[in-house]
Amino acid sequence: MVIQPGPVIFNTLHLPEPWKLSTYVSAGGYSALRKILAENIPAETIIAEVKTSALRGRGGAGFPTGLKWSFMPRQFPGDKYIVCNSDEGEPGTFKDRDIMRYNPHALIEGMIIAGYTLGAKAGYNYIHGEIWDIYEGMERAVEEARAAGYLGDNILGSDFSFDLYNHHGYGAYICGEETALLESIEGKKGQPRFKPPFPASFGLYGKPTTINNTETLASIPYIMREGGQKFLELGRPNNGGTKVFSVSGHVEKPGNYEIPMGTPFSELLEMAGGIRGGRQLKAVIPGGSSAPVLPGEIMMDCTMDFDSIAKAGSMLGSGAVIVMDETVCMVRALERLSYFYYEESCGQCTPCREGTGWMYRVVHRIEHGQGRPEDLDLLDRVAGNIAGRTICALGDAAAMPVQGMLKHYRHEFEHHIEHRKCLVQSGAM
Amino acid sequence: MALNIEIDGQQIEVEPGTTVMDAAHKLGIYIPHFCYHKKLSIAANCRMCLVQVEKAPKPLPACATPVSDGMKVMTRSDYAIQAQKGVMEFLLINHPLDCPICDQGGECQLQDLAVGYGGSRSNYAEPKRVVTEKNLGPLIATDMTRCIHCTRCVRFGQEIAGIMEMGQAFRGEHAEIMPFIDKTIDSELSGNIIDLCPVGALTSKPFRYAARAWELSRRKGVSPHDSLGSNLQIQVKNGRVMRVLPLENEDINECWLSDRDRFSYEGLNSEDRLTKPMIRKDGAWVEADWQEALSYVASRLREIQVRHGADQIGALAAPTQTTEELYLLQKLMRGLGCGNIDHRLRQSDFRLDDKAHGAFWLGMPVAALNKLDRFLIVGSTLRKDHPLLALRLRQAVRHGAGMNLINPVVEDYLCKVANRSIVSPDGMVNALAGLVRALAEAKGERIPTMASGAEVTPEIKAIAESMIGGERKGIFLGNLAQHHPRYAEMQTLAQEAAMLAGATLGVLGDAGNALGAVVAGAIPGRGALGSRGMAGMNAAQMIASPRKAYVLLGAEAEYDCFDPVAALAALKQAEFVVAMSSYKHAAVDYADVLLPIAPFTETSGTFINAEGRVQSFHGAVKPMGETRPAWKVLRVLGNLLNLPGFDQDSSEAVRDEALGQDAQARVQQFLNTRIDPVSVSLASTSKIERIGEVPIYQTDAIVRRAASLQRTADAAPPMAKASGMLLEKLGIQGGGMAIIRQGEVSVVIRIDRDDCLPANCVRLPGAHAVTVSLGPLFGELTVERA
Repeated sequence: MVIQPGPVIFNTLHLPEPWKLSTYVSAGGYSALRKILAENIPAETIIAEVKTSALRGRGGAGFPTGLKWSFMPRQFPGDKYIVCNSDEGEPGTFKDRDIMRYNPHALIEGMIIAGYTLGAKAGYNYIHGEIWDIYEGMERAVEEARAAGYLGDNILGSDFSFDLYNHHGYGAYICGEETALLESIEGKKGQPRFKPPFPASFGLYGKPTTINNTETLASIPYIMREGGQKFLELGRPNNGGTKVFSVSGHVEKPGNYEIPMGTPFSELLEMAGGIRGGRQLKAVIPGGSSAPVLPGEIMMDCTMDFDSIAKAGSMLGSGAVIVMDETVCMVRALERLSYFYYEESCGQCTPCREGTGWMYRVVHRIEHGQGRPEDLDLLDRVAGNIAGRTICALGDAAAMPVQGMLKHYRHEFEHHIEHRKCLVQSGAM
Repeated sequence: MALNIEIDGQQIEVEPGTTVMDAAHKLGIYIPHFCYHKKLSIAANCRMCLVQVEKAPKPLPACATPVSDGMKVMTRSDYAIQAQKGVMEFLLINHPLDCPICDQGGECQLQDLAVGYGGSRSNYAEPKRVVTEKNLGPLIATDMTRCIHCTRCVRFGQEIAGIMEMGQAFRGEHAEIMPFIDKTIDSELSGNIIDLCPVGALTSKPFRYAARAWELSRRKGVSPHDSLGSNLQIQVKNGRVMRVLPLENEDINECWLSDRDRFSYEGLNSEDRLTKPMIRKDGAWVEADWQEALSYVASRLREIQVRHGADQIGALAAPTQTTEELYLLQKLMRGLGCGNIDHRLRQSDFRLDDKAHGAFWLGMPVAALNKLDRFLIVGSTLRKDHPLLALRLRQAVRHGAGMNLINPVVEDYLCKVANRSIVSPDGMVNALAGLVRALAEAKGERIPTMASGAEVTPEIKAIAESMIGGERKGIFLGNLAQHHPRYAEMQTLAQEAAMLAGATLGVLGDAGNALGAVVAGAIPGRGALGSRGMAGMNAAQMIASPRKAYVLLGAEAEYDCFDPVAALAALKQAEFVVAMSSYKHAAVDYADVLLPIAPFTETSGTFINAEGRVQSFHGAVKPMGETRPAWKVLRVLGNLLNLPGFDQDSSEAVRDEALGQDAQARVQQFLNTRIDPVSVSLASTSKIERIGEVPIYQTDAIVRRAASLQRTADAAPPMAKASGMLLEKLGIQGGGMAIIRQGEVSVVIRIDRDDCLPANCVRLPGAHAVTVSLGPLFGELTVERA
């Protein structure tokens, strides 16, 4: 698998043992933290810098990080927490895994700076259970940082104390939803909480909590080292910095690519070696399995940033680019996706618990030659009755692929129903 | 600052923090819902209450959406209805729609709302989900396939019952509401989840397939099983009580019932019911008609009175009888010239009888319990004795109240106990004296003489510190204290402690109408409402100095008395015993006449609960067989004995005679827990003491015959328990058999180790078939290896 280095996230990748503390320090790591602590830089200044950078959450929603940080009631007496969401479960997404594997200290430094800024004395890094070796690697990195005085009491001789704990889940997709993640850290069943109240006021153990994605936090040291403006200029207005795109599917060189925001999709596809075997591009899911699919020709006109993809009718999401060539049967692809949401729904609220299974069964039936003419309207209606009606975004995430597929590839579904077989030959997903 | 909101075109002003659901409720607008319940936390998981909110990008759940100023809500717009119908469709796809064979049919929220929001045909053509049954024990039947995962039962456990016995396991469509693996639901409040379940997933096991909701008539009732007096909805079909549900009363039981109040009705329909008067003739029981039986009773009582003196008659009444019955009984006895009447069958210390200034009561309204800041419970198996009072106290603790305990046993109170002093029964007196001393010292006041020699343990000191703080506080004497052989000393000390701490002293009350019995004058020396009454013997004296004749009203001496063996011996030696009872019971061995009297559902009457609330009720069903209401029986008996003042033609007339027209006000005036102090001894025994509480499902004759309750974990035959230290000293293995001896009598019973118990104590509950052959509930005993 290819990893394309970049200035922000994979900035140690060209060096031997890029995950080591010494390597990270040699590449300028922890200098931002040293500066902040030595000069006692006020939290407002840091938040302003992050706002300047136009860093937007890398977990999928793209919420401006500086703004999120400003919601935190820093003056609130008592405990506050910073939580890193490394529960990367979205099908197609595999960037945070590599960030933690190759540059764990960028994340650790980012979390310490976030803790300093938000008034948190403790941080939790929630890593999903299937990547045990990554969890162990993070544990080693945290130990290294602690031994070097970057974590613990009176960091680097300052009066700032902060500690960081890695916490591993057991692989439930829903625990990537931030409030389910908090429940899971608290030792409860991973089920989303109803919002409001939001975590900024009632988060982990009922205390004000800020939750950011791994890549978001790993971008912080660069911003504080090089300045928000420089980070912004790496990308485009309102879409600052570089971003790691996990390219998978029918490309020659799948992998993680750290490229500037706003890079044309065509360039990213080229970097990834183009479509495998010289076949034609059929469709792309641009932001992880929850994002609506876009036909290849629309994607070829897009640039890889939040605004461009949103304009085209999908989402940049976590930056998981799933590329499908002409051999893909969209019915089968949707069956696979629907099955995922059916299995991963937490079962708490009605539309998602009941609706995801219904959608999967209908798509499954169509795929297996049992479709009925009325099924497509039914699917559309069921998806519509889930979207926007649930406690968390999983309902939307389950509905959007269905709606996207039906919008762009309805004819393939109709063909399946009418002829009880695929429109395309030799589907392989 | 009040917020203005418009719902369906109607304006209303509400407080900040109000939800759309609450605001709509105030306007009388119904928003369909399943998971929302006013007494439970907000889950927002059913999504049935989705409504349209102006400017909101999607429909919002009314139950969880806080009102904001100027908000415009539409609950019946096309948009809202479409969202609600969408949810209903989802709820129905996996619901079995087996309404014709579902017990919830006719009273099912899903069924009701499906009429308004469901389609007439299903678009779901796939196989439906099937969920395996769970065994929740003898009270709750499950059909978990019908579950709609509203989690009301789960939240009830966590938030109200205090113990999370139900939870949601698995994910998504595989999610199941279930108890912990292979566990049953054992909470004493478990039946409430039947009411909470909006579908037929959780239904009543004893009521299963017995009747349809629409076949049942609903009658109001009041429960006699504990001093709370829970309000009941007694559901009746063909003259038979089929089911009991809570009748909502925010001041008493809220919308809850304890399992004891809910399922005791099975005892009303027990095989054991006595349905015909019976007379023992030449040693054999023969059925008689009422005329014959009552004439016989009258002539025998008259004969005893004449031959031995009225003083040779004793009347023992159960404190679960109505105020009217108890009033007529004392009137009858005193009419005969006999002052020997008592209802305090489990009490052993009567030193307060001439020290009291009124009827002992809770000291505050029941509804004030949840608002306490600090409280101390003295001698109580609280959850089992007073399930719903315990609930209120738990709520107080949830809101930050400090709970303190002076007790001989440790229970799981299901909430944080701030401080506890676990001491032997005898040690409770010393502990209370210590508390008085500690409180006086803490306040810099002179230490009262009664407590001057008391030891202040660190636990007692902590309790004193806790009780000094806070605004609203109470000290409550529980059943273990009331039955205690040194009850008078305990109440004396508790009164002193309450005075020093600025707390209210209350007595929790050991039976449904214990307070009503005092008000009715069913105690020696006092008539109705504390008027002077003929003096006589109390319950213990009537047993200690056996009488020639006994009149039993609802009392089953072998279960209901402090010392069952002595009570039985006294009854057996008597020349004549008349047992007025709803049941055939051990009286067949010692009585001469059995008169079938109506239990609380078959007569009108009045119960007065621990807060002094006078609650009158009508009979819910006709008396079974030839059973008669006891007030009528006593009235006729009065006539047959030619006593004056027995011409009441209704129970209301009896009540008015006893309590006056303004009964509530008069009772209120009579409530007073103040006593003149008795002298307190700080000497304590070195002998092994018995801790004999009355188990939750052994309290009274009806409960003891409620078949399903008797199959619960709480009804398991009691065994002895002692600390490991004591067992070691006695050379007994925990779990081994022991011979436990009290005076002349003994039982062989399994003894388990319980290191929470005080050193020199054996906990051995009374009032159960396996322990009634033993002596008093408290007192010395000896233990040896069997």
